[in-house]
Amino acid sequence: MTERFDAVIVGAGHNGLAAAATLAKAGQRVVVLEAAAQVGGASVTREFAEGYVVSAGAQWLYQLQPAVKKALGIDPPLAAGRLDTLVLAEGGGEPVRYSAARAEGVGEADRRAYAVWAKRMRRFSRLLWRWLNRVPPRPGGESRDSRRLLRMAVGTRLLGKRDMREFLRLIGANVYDDVHECFASEALRAGLCLDAVLGSHAGPRSPNTVMTSLYRRGGDADPLALPAGGMGAVANAMLKAARDTGADVRTGSRVGRIVVANGRVTGVELAGGDTIASYTVLSNADPKRTVFDLVGARNFEAGFVRRAANIRAAGNAAKLHLALDGLPDVPGLDTGDLGQRLLIAPSPDAVERAFNPAKYGEFSAEPVMDVSIPSVHDETLAPEGSHVLSAIVQYAPYALNGGWSNAAKERFLETCLVTLERYLPGLRARIVEGELLTPVDLEREFGMTGGHWHHAELAPDQFLFTRPAVGAERYGTPLDGLWLCGAGAHPGGGVTGAAGYNAARSIIDRDAGR
Amino acid sequence: MSGRQVAQGRLVTPFYSRQRELDTVNRWHEWKGYTVADEFYCSELEYFAIRNATAVFDLTPMTKYRISGPDAPAYVDRLVTRDMTRVPVGRVAYAVWCNDSGQVIDDGTIFRLGELDYRLCSQERHLDWLLTSAAGFDVDVAHETADVAALAIQGPTSYATLDRMGLSAVGHLKPFNLMEVDFAGTSIVISRTGFTGDLGYEVWLPPQVAERFWDELFAAGRLTGIRAIGTDALELARIEAGYLMADIDFLPADTAIRPGRTRSPLELGMEWLVDFGKPMFNGRRALADELRKGSRWRLVRLDIEGNKPAKDAYIFAKPKGGEQIGFVTSAAWSPVCKQNVALGTVNARYGAVGDSLWVDIYYQRELHWTRKMARATVVDGPFWDPPRRRATPPGPY
Ligand SMILES: Cc1cc2nc3c(=O)[nH]c(=O)nc-3n(C[C@H](O)[C@H](O)[C@H](O)COP(=O)(O)OP(=O)(O)OC[C@H]3O[C@@H](n4cnc5c(N)ncnc54)[C@H](O)[C@@H]3O)c2cc1C
Repeated sequence: MTERFDAVIVGAGHNGLAAAATLAKAGQRVVVLEAAAQVGGASVTREFAEGYVVSAGAQWLYQLQPAVKKALGIDPPLAAGRLDTLVLAEGGGEPVRYSAARAEGVGEADRRAYAVWAKRMRRFSRLLWRWLNRVPPRPGGESRDSRRLLRMAVGTRLLGKRDMREFLRLIGANVYDDVHECFASEALRAGLCLDAVLGSHAGPRSPNTVMTSLYRRGGDADPLALPAGGMGAVANAMLKAARDTGADVRTGSRVGRIVVANGRVTGVELAGGDTIASYTVLSNADPKRTVFDLVGARNFEAGFVRRAANIRAAGNAAKLHLALDGLPDVPGLDTGDLGQRLLIAPSPDAVERAFNPAKYGEFSAEPVMDVSIPSVHDETLAPEGSHVLSAIVQYAPYALNGGWSNAAKERFLETCLVTLERYLPGLRARIVEGELLTPVDLEREFGMTGGHWHHAELAPDQFLFTRPAVGAERYGTPLDGLWLCGAGAHPGGGVTGAAGYNAARSIIDRDAGR
Repeated sequence: MSGRQVAQGRLVTPFYSRQRELDTVNRWHEWKGYTVADEFYCSELEYFAIRNATAVFDLTPMTKYRISGPDAPAYVDRLVTRDMTRVPVGRVAYAVWCNDSGQVIDDGTIFRLGELDYRLCSQERHLDWLLTSAAGFDVDVAHETADVAALAIQGPTSYATLDRMGLSAVGHLKPFNLMEVDFAGTSIVISRTGFTGDLGYEVWLPPQVAERFWDELFAAGRLTGIRAIGTDALELARIEAGYLMADIDFLPADTAIRPGRTRSPLELGMEWLVDFGKPMFNGRRALADELRKGSRWRLVRLDIEGNKPAKDAYIFAKPKGGEQIGFVTSAAWSPVCKQNVALGTVNARYGAVGDSLWVDIYYQRELHWTRKMARATVVDGPFWDPPRRRATPPGPY
């Protein structure tokens, strides 16, 4: 007999789990089907060398939405919170540091400017996230939509006239110009530039990179943290919340296709051939995979297919994992410092120059990096006295000219190690083993098209009312019964829980006839 | 400058050499990049060839696509609004296709040449849309306008002409059927289709045998009144037949800029072509929505008093004018119906069959403009629809 559920969720990424817990709490019978052996998707902890474990996808926790934590009743334990970001100096030496509110290691003027800048960014980020945490209204839609739109507009008005003008100016601006207007320190500028472009096909001079910077700030989200036991801990907390409310979460259950009959979704078919019936299927897989691989283009109208095909989702971020037999002795940095967030970003121009080759299908000759050594705070990640280093490396374009062959990977790995050694002298001598995940590897491991951080590029044409594409901007899609609930849906990627939670709420609203 | 050359100027069809010999008035225009004749000697007389004898119209420039491959049937079915699974090999289906908003991109005829092989003919070019629609289908879409020469052979003696040419087999063809026949050692396709609302055929053949076919056809038609006709004559016949013309009676949705200027098939009187029994086709959601909420426009066929064609006229609900409820898109005095006929678009609240509407007609008499409010009665179906159009086998002439 075919099992039947109120809702089937394809994928137990953290968003799928957030959706499951929310729906189950509302009394729905929910099953989550995850292809991998463990839950979490790119929010996962796993071994990469014997005895060494790492957050294999996302490494920093900073965007988990308070509303999601509250609704799910979760508060993942942290190994460290309130971490600073250090912009490393070449060859070691005093770094520039900044946190959500303060900057140090810069001149007095920059310190003051940073405090003002950070406050402004926080205010604007809050405003943006007030929009991002709602199901986007449909301009020209029903009266409920108009009320929502009005509320957004009023929210913007409440900023005051000057702020509003500033907000609208900044949202289209590029971060390069903004940091040059505000600061004198190259290192501080560079760090803020890198923050804005992580996970995007963009350099600091690309338009709308202030918007991505505001996005990253996550509104009222937490300051920078490392979950205890790696990012898998966040997924596990959500897993527990989902199971506690009665959701059935199954790993090792790859969905082969989403079944469509008579123009609507009727369930899913597992790779093994079993079918599970449901008139509501939420896909935590990215939009392109969902449309083209799981449902099939022919089940959508052609105009929507064209838009889905044109969703940009080619990742640029690689992930480097190193097993270390000890910490390097870096001049100017103590162990506490090495436990902070370490950036390799010499200058805004260097970040931009690192991006240039990616436009033409080549990897950066001098990549920029976001480095974490979580084992400084968390002994569970490596054997005693040993450490793990995890780095987000840009730029490594998904569609590398000639493809990501082993030789190409070797060359890029060497490039990364040379760069790391320049900023963390002595590191190479400490390396026991390593693993480099290019966007192609990330795609393979996590099922995300293009290995893209956000499942779909976070850019104005794929944001808010048009994310990921017109027709699917409110979680529902043109195909009855099919919903998106992952990073590719509104508001976007990062470990936020917002997409999954919002998608579930849209379904609950629909069922309540609201 | 590199040696690369781009073909410039107008193309000519494979029948051009023969048409130029027949031409007496030197009136040509461009149709989709090709040189075609407005008329060859006199469009009125050419028109009467359609209604009284055999008229030959060169429709080579008509857009033609070949759609083939394992998924061709499913592809075509998703593309258009009607149920194409019920169109067997050897049939031609008139069909309309829409964008996701249920707005008409174009209409045309789809020839099922084989189990997995179709030809789509339309007024406009649509390669982009057809390729976009191909995502997810194992199907090959090829533009074959230049590879297929085509003639419309229309009129009461058209069968007699083909019969004399040795193509009597086409006598078995019912309207909208097609067959392959041998001609000059190659296979050509003849369908019982046309744009005139009369007995008639269309011939689809390789360009290499085009001139030879023309010569044999005209030789055979000497005693059946064969005439080459230009687009002016055809235009009159198609209005009488009540057929719509893209860019005249509706705007192809992919060329519209202003919202509200496009039309749905329901608004063009094509509800019979929309099959909501099909679970999926382009525009289905929007059309189902329109069915619930109501349409904005309605296509009307008008029988207008007097004999002055209501060209470009506004349509009113009241004889004194007042609020305009629509406009005429095609209009003509129909010699064969002895009727002043028009096609138009009105606000969907108006224009039920039998209603009286009003059109204001402007016309000139010796330079002086005159305006006349004429009663326009909404009629059902085509203006010209003789039994011979359907009779199979065709009657003798
Ligand atoms: C290199 C890199 C570094 C990042 N760093 C950070 C960071 O530091 N901080 C941060 O907040 N964010 C970071 N991100 C972004 C973040 O990881 C993602 O945006 C987020 O994890 C997406 O979550 P999700 O639940 O929407 O989707 P995913 O985590 O991608 O989960 C989708 C799930 O669906 C499953 N699935 C797909 N297809 C099927 C199928 N057919 N059947 C069954 N299951 C299926 C997959 O296996 C997967 O488990 C990073 C991303 C990358 C690529």
